[in-house]
Amino acid sequence: MAREKIRIVNLCKRWRDVTAIDNMNLSIEEGDFITLLGPSGCGKTTTLRSIAGLEEPTSGELYLNNKLVFSKKEEIVVSPAKRNLGLVFQSYALWPHMTVFDNIAFGLRIKKLPKSEVKMKVLSVLKDMKLEGYEERYPQELSGGQQQRIAIARMIVNRPDIYLMDEPLSNLDAKLRVDMRSELKELHQRSGATTVYVTHDQVEAMTMSTKISIMKDGVIQQIGTPEEVYRRPANLFVAEFISNPKMNFFNAEVLSEGGNRFINAGGIKLNIKPGLIQNQSSVKAAIRPEDFIITDSGIEYEVTSYLPSGSTSLVYAKRGEDKIAIMLDGSYKAEAGDKIKVGIKKGLFNLYDIETGNKIF
Amino acid sequence: MSEIMGSETKGSPFLRRFIRVMSTPQKIMGSILFILLVLFVFFPAVNLLYTAFTFSFSDKVLPQVVDRGIKAVPGKFTLVHFERVFDSGLTKNMFLIPLLHTIIITIGLTFTALTIGTILAWIVVRSDIPAKKLIANLATIPYIIPAWPTALAWLTVFKNNRVGGAPGWFQYIFHVAPPNWLSYGPVPIIICLSLHYYAYAFIIGSGALATIDSRLEETGELLGASKWQVMRKITFPLVLPSIFSAFILTFSRGIGVFGTPAFLGIPVRYFTLSTQLYSNIRNNLSGDAYVIAIVMILITGITIYMNIKVIGARKSFVTISGKGFRAKTVSLGSMKYIILILIIIFLIIAVFMPLYVLTWQSLMDVDGNYSFSNITFHFWIGKAGSLDSRGILLAEGQAGILRNKMILSGAWNSIKLALFSAFFASVLGILIGYSIVRDRGKILSKMNDALSFAPYIFPGIAFGAIYLSMFAKAHGPIPALYGTFAILVLVSVAKHVPYSSRTGTAAMMQVNRELEEAAELQGAGFLTRFSKIIFPLTKSGLVAGFMLSFITVMRELSLVVLLVTPKTKVLTTMIYNYVQLGFHQFGDAITMLVVAITLTGTVIIRRFQKTDLSKGIGG
Repeated sequence: MAREKIRIVNLCKRWRDVTAIDNMNLSIEEGDFITLLGPSGCGKTTTLRSIAGLEEPTSGELYLNNKLVFSKKEEIVVSPAKRNLGLVFQSYALWPHMTVFDNIAFGLRIKKLPKSEVKMKVLSVLKDMKLEGYEERYPQELSGGQQQRIAIARMIVNRPDIYLMDEPLSNLDAKLRVDMRSELKELHQRSGATTVYVTHDQVEAMTMSTKISIMKDGVIQQIGTPEEVYRRPANLFVAEFISNPKMNFFNAEVLSEGGNRFINAGGIKLNIKPGLIQNQSSVKAAIRPEDFIITDSGIEYEVTSYLPSGSTSLVYAKRGEDKIAIMLDGSYKAEAGDKIKVGIKKGLFNLYDIETGNKIF
Repeated sequence: MSEIMGSETKGSPFLRRFIRVMSTPQKIMGSILFILLVLFVFFPAVNLLYTAFTFSFSDKVLPQVVDRGIKAVPGKFTLVHFERVFDSGLTKNMFLIPLLHTIIITIGLTFTALTIGTILAWIVVRSDIPAKKLIANLATIPYIIPAWPTALAWLTVFKNNRVGGAPGWFQYIFHVAPPNWLSYGPVPIIICLSLHYYAYAFIIGSGALATIDSRLEETGELLGASKWQVMRKITFPLVLPSIFSAFILTFSRGIGVFGTPAFLGIPVRYFTLSTQLYSNIRNNLSGDAYVIAIVMILITGITIYMNIKVIGARKSFVTISGKGFRAKTVSLGSMKYIILILIIIFLIIAVFMPLYVLTWQSLMDVDGNYSFSNITFHFWIGKAGSLDSRGILLAEGQAGILRNKMILSGAWNSIKLALFSAFFASVLGILIGYSIVRDRGKILSKMNDALSFAPYIFPGIAFGAIYLSMFAKAHGPIPALYGTFAILVLVSVAKHVPYSSRTGTAAMMQVNRELEEAAELQGAGFLTRFSKIIFPLTKSGLVAGFMLSFITVMRELSLVVLLVTPKTKVLTTMIYNYVQLGFHQFGDAITMLVVAITLTGTVIIRRFQKTDLSKGIGG
């Protein structure tokens, strides 16, 4: 098992009547790229700022490299500068009155490195970030993507142990965002630095992370690999949040047939293991659009709209009260009013308790 | 289990916490500022109350004391000053009439200045009038120069022979003495003040109008509202907070204004609260004066309070922001040129005539003779003891202002005072801004915010009176400062704290907290962050604030008139004395000197720094 890099113990952060972080416990291993994912106001940025030392939590403890850097009980607060971490702000926080070179050289100069070394390091990181030739320009003269890279360059030139990134891509346009995603991923793979990444964008989280931590109201809902989080959302909130394309939910009855129990989700029969469901007479069933199939043994639905997008086609269909979205191959054709027979890939569904919202299967 | 990092582990947890919290830069700064504000804002205000409620040495001779055989022990509690002001034979003349006059002038001024200012602002910002930039630049000039030169110019033109001295242009040309109501009293006072204070409403109003996104109005039009409905239902409510701000600004200035009513009111015994306060102090009735000061502060305070109630935001008096949209303009059609001509005439009367008249009068040998043969440059550059063409000693033997040691030392005092005060006020402003913005929501921050706002409600003359009462004697470590240059700097800085702290706060707001945090993460200490990040980014705001303080202190009369001594005379108080003594040419020449210095200061700083005057005015 890899070494533990960051450990958060019983961390809380409250402002008068707002709880931003509610008793959080989290362990992050060396080399992880962990994403804190959640809607705005869920406490993910506060968590990041607490790790950085820019925010003082109300209670709890924080260890970096197995060293205690924050403890409310002990009143220990190690200043941000001594935590050996770097942060890329959402606003980039590039100093507008300094050139690109001066921005990147700032921390090195604070450390009183010799001039020649500063220059060498800055030029080398500029080269890595494909910013050669821009050193004498001012940040506001450059494009959003370039500014983003300066912010990253400013962080990595100091060789921090831990990279913290606060929604770094949210100010970029869609295309640039896709490019930067792969660049950030490469950067992480190259440097191996433990990275904590904050975003509300599910796709960003899925594509870059080794682990995702989904938060709501200051509480971690689920921690897992992107695959786990996508395939096995721990509760209804996660299932709804990791829902691109849109997750289908059914209020499903639990039925018995010849001693076997099964679930009726919008007419589709879902087989379950014996003994899985004891008392509930109905559950919430969640099925991803791509897990439906068109099959002769399926249940009849009526197409309400057909949205092709090249590689895939999205079909909306209904059956009485039940409305579903189905993701099919791009070659599939349909028209509103068509009757289709819908089935499900074996076992690719999740069941949730209606009352607690927790996963049953 | 785990080792602890760094050296933050010495001492008990409680002590560590205390040291950590108190050693954050905003707390250290906030605490120092709090002490300063208590010393120079809060204590003086308390002292004012104390003085009003106690006997002083000069009270022994008051009839109310003598008749009743009371022993007026200095420092002993008494209500005699309140009795004298509110309930005695003096009440009518000492309080009720000045109060009435103050109210008449303030209401007249506020109404006129707001009307002119907002209409002008609307025309410049929202209509298709030609030469907008020129009009806007000229219209803001009164904001840079003092208010009372207009009053002096008025006297030069409309003075009649009722109070002695040479009559004005009007009488010289028409051979008829202008009626009293035109020469002195409320009508000229209101007109002269309005010709100055309209500029405040103009700056605030055009700032507000310029920030209204015209899409808001267009949406209204698309929904079928008429132009008038849009104006009434959308535009007006949007600028209403600014209009209220301008109202409060003008109103509070009106309550405290001193120079103009002194020049145009005192000669005919038309007293306002401010001139009454001044004359009480001069007549050794400081107890009574302080009661009047309390009344003035209450009136201003209550007005601001009502404004807060109506608008619902404490800071609504600063709604000036630099950002503007290209607003859609309304076509004035063929009226365009008529309105343009009217505006030009107005600006000539408001801005150029007073300066022209004063310049001319400063060149006259014999006061009241407006022929060209009467022109002399003596009052500017004459040697002491020069004779004129008729062999008469010029200016009673005094040298012209540019050769006159006394006046030059006054000019030096003025410039020194303005520079020092502006420097300290801006530094204080940025520090207050930093501690308020970075410590937002904390008690210390709130108290500093409130304290730094307090001098705003003290009219200049009352604030001067407070300092007079406070620093006439030593208080603990603070020596008796009366008669020193330091007290002038202190009072000017303290009076400007509301403005400079607002400028500082606004400047600090523009520095995204993350810019500082990024430096903190890289190991920059507070001083490095301040000098490398915060200062460079707030420089232009600081310079604007400095410029503003410089020109306001330079032209300040009411604040310092009670505090200067012959040794610490400044130009404005010299003007006041010369005019009181009937030396109009000197007064006018020095006035022009003050105007020249403030204008030059503005131009120089504008050259070096592309700052907008309207930035940071905030009242």
